[in-house]
Amino acid sequence: MDELMLDGNAIAGLLQELFAVEMTTAIGTCGGCGAAGPVGAAHVYRGPGVVLRCPHCDNVLAKIVKNDSRLWIDLKGIRTLEVAI
Amino acid sequence: MTVVSRGFRGRRAADVDPARVPPGQYVTRDFPVLSAGPTPHASLDAWDFSIVGELDEPRVWTWEEFRALPSEEITRDIHCVTKWSKLDTVWRGVSVDTLLEGIETSAQYVTQYSDGGYTTNLPLDDVTGGKAWVVFAYDGQPLKPEHGGPARMLVPHHYFWKSAKWVRGLRLQSTDEPGFWETNGYHNYGDPWQEQRYAGD
Amino acid sequence: MAGTALRGRLSWQLAELVEAVAETPRVKTIIFNVPSWPGHRAGQHVDVRLTAEDGYQAERSYSIASATDGTRVALTVQRLDDGEVSPYLTDELQPGDKIELRGPIGGYFVWEPSEDGPLMLVAGGSGIVPLMAMIRTRAAADDDTETRLLYSSRSQDDVIYRHELKRLSGNGLTVVHALTASQPPGWTGYARRVDAEMLAEVAPPPAERPRFYACGPTPFVEAVAESLVQLGHDPLAIKTERFGPTGH
Repeated sequence: MDELMLDGNAIAGLLQELFAVEMTTAIGTCGGCGAAGPVGAAHVYRGPGVVLRCPHCDNVLAKIVKNDSRLWIDLKGIRTLEVAI
Repeated sequence: MTVVSRGFRGRRAADVDPARVPPGQYVTRDFPVLSAGPTPHASLDAWDFSIVGELDEPRVWTWEEFRALPSEEITRDIHCVTKWSKLDTVWRGVSVDTLLEGIETSAQYVTQYSDGGYTTNLPLDDVTGGKAWVVFAYDGQPLKPEHGGPARMLVPHHYFWKSAKWVRGLRLQSTDEPGFWETNGYHNYGDPWQEQRYAGD
Repeated sequence: MAGTALRGRLSWQLAELVEAVAETPRVKTIIFNVPSWPGHRAGQHVDVRLTAEDGYQAERSYSIASATDGTRVALTVQRLDDGEVSPYLTDELQPGDKIELRGPIGGYFVWEPSEDGPLMLVAGGSGIVPLMAMIRTRAAADDDTETRLLYSSRSQDDVIYRHELKRLSGNGLTVVHALTASQPPGWTGYARRVDAEMLAEVAPPPAERPRFYACGPTPFVEAVAESLVQLGHDPLAIKTERFGPTGH
């Protein structure tokens, strides 16, 4: 447990900026351990960018970096993302 | 469109020599903690530091062996890509030149690797010639885990993401291998004086 | 579902401060009018952005404290002495001032009336804010879902919304306080930090399949979630909102 760690809902605004829909209720399947759960329950760390980690195995699910004009996202740690539309 | 918030200043230091502040940076007296994952808590018994990759024989030091190497006090300004700069930070550590002493290598690049999987890359020239250290103390105290302890890299002429916390070794390589942030939007070289924050800057 | 705004790109809006209410010596509720506010659900938050004259910006997230109410949005802010944004919001901002705000944000840590109960809310310090939005929303909807709040504060003077919580108690809402640092004379309630034993005494048993919302500093929430799982509650029924390191 890390004092700095937040939940996925801490980056709800950032994700909605990108995906244009609310993402914290989307279900992600971890590419590392196969566990599935809502993005809102994943672990968030803030550094130069945002890192989203699997709450079960700590695998990096996603990395997000943004500036005023661009956003980079690495989603390869998520095997599948299921979103209600 | 952004609107100025009347009376808002933030917590920035005033009275700072602008020549010491790279473009776009603000000076802080705090030491913000940023991370990419949970803080590792390595036991010193199990800790070691290695030089691996393109050299005849990998080098490894245990904690005792590492601490027995000549070390020095280093005072430098540090600059984080998230826009805060901290002036005159004081560290104690072992120069990378000391660690590489006597090593022959054709490598032109080095990757720092850490507990927890973080990596960051630099040309070998940028960690040699008195430009980089493996530090184990900050402000006269043993380096705290949240600040990268027991040991982290200090490469102050680059943005601070290029100074890996919880560092466990250097890999000497003939090819450049963009690291954890360099593969996702941050600049491959990261010179604060040229404001090289993001890929393409 | 009206007023939920779960879709669409978020944009920064100008919010004007209309009223400020001191809750405790360190905590203030600031109430904004946000002209094109679509309404919000209990548990959602906003992002607030401040810009200094030289362009320096700071951004923070704050849970919405109020039940949805037209274009009115209330935030309850704890002043952190070494904070960068909170002292500005509690000490500097005056009625008439405008700040940038975007929201409502969040779909995970959200509660709506008519969801199955029983409901158990666990708050550490300023973690009470989003849970109070849930309690206020419940009251506004005249909902009688069995709801328990376990609220940990350092002392009685630090209890935010103390009188309102007392007033709203009853009609299915039970409020239990834990005062961890000091207690008033004659206090017979909990006088220690929340632990598994306390949770076992206050929460409905696992057989009733309660839904949990826990909010507060990260170490607090982590300990509560772990205890609840150890007591046999379904991890999927426990939603958490961690506020980061203890800020005092």
